[in-house]
Amino acid sequence: MSDGTDDKRVGIVLVSHSAEVAASVADLARGLAGGGAAVPVAAAGGTEGGGLGTSAELIAAAAAAVDRGAGVAVLTDLGSAVLTVKALLAEGDELPGNTRLVDAPFVEGAVAAVVTAATGADLDAVAAAAAEAYDYRKV
Amino acid sequence: MLDADFFRRWMTATAASVDREAERLTALDSPIGDADHGSNLQRGFAAVTATVEKEAPGTPGGVLTLAGRQLISTVGGASGPLYGTLLRRTGKALGDDAEVSEEQLAQALRAGVEAVMALGGAAPGDKTMIDALVPAVDALSDGFGPARAAAEQGARATTPLQARKGRASYLGERSIGHQDPGATSAALLVAGLAEAAGE
Repeated sequence: MSDGTDDKRVGIVLVSHSAEVAASVADLARGLAGGGAAVPVAAAGGTEGGGLGTSAELIAAAAAAVDRGAGVAVLTDLGSAVLTVKALLAEGDELPGNTRLVDAPFVEGAVAAVVTAATGADLDAVAAAAAEAYDYRKV
Repeated sequence: MLDADFFRRWMTATAASVDREAERLTALDSPIGDADHGSNLQRGFAAVTATVEKEAPGTPGGVLTLAGRQLISTVGGASGPLYGTLLRRTGKALGDDAEVSEEQLAQALRAGVEAVMALGGAAPGDKTMIDALVPAVDALSDGFGPARAAAEQGARATTPLQARKGRASYLGERSIGHQDPGATSAALLVAGLAEAAGE
């Protein structure tokens, strides 16, 4: 667990097929998290050329940017976003050591992850909070 | 025995046929996908041949791991990590040998195909690239020509199937009647292998 300094917080990477979706969900999560401003959150949306899709380079750069040594939680939307992160994790040296693909709904999971990371919780707790968002039924 | 040059020829031949067939792949991807399969793979394999020429890896495993890495980096769609994993895992299975036997290649390719199945969660019959790759690997013990024929047959056989993986799976029964673009491009990859062997 954290001693309360920012540099011990878990980093969050949000991977979407769309740059706008990734950036907006990052803003939403930070906004709803209150103390979430202190959580390193990076959006990796779309391709490097600005199109719809997934970029391994953008994902790797985002993960490196939010890594404070406490682990990095990666949340994704669909298809190639999931596969690209899994493929990068399988590479072994493309992402910071303690990076995890978190199985969670994208928007709800991002909010839960940032709120939890803001408390100084560790990667296990952040991943569990994001995954629990699946259990919140709307109807 | 097969050396690094053989594997470079495989990548070059595949890039050329993907280039030729890009419009057809994208046309196949229009009714059941997001209409970018041809252009995505074209970009990926162009990067593969450029990198493989420039860095000139000296081993079969080196050629394929580098090619796989390029595909993951440059494709932008799901076919990048899927084809990237296929080639990278096949390359790793080949190890550091300067030359490999056809039998070694068949075994390594099987490991690559299994890695793709694990990554995407697809099985034969799900209307994916697996439907071309599994029959090709099974036929590879008979030679490169039979592997190419098996891959093409496997790709055509995806037409009546209902997609259970990927973007096309959202279409349910409406995915029936269209040949799968991923199986079609996988058949091009296997055809490139036969071409590299002069068959």
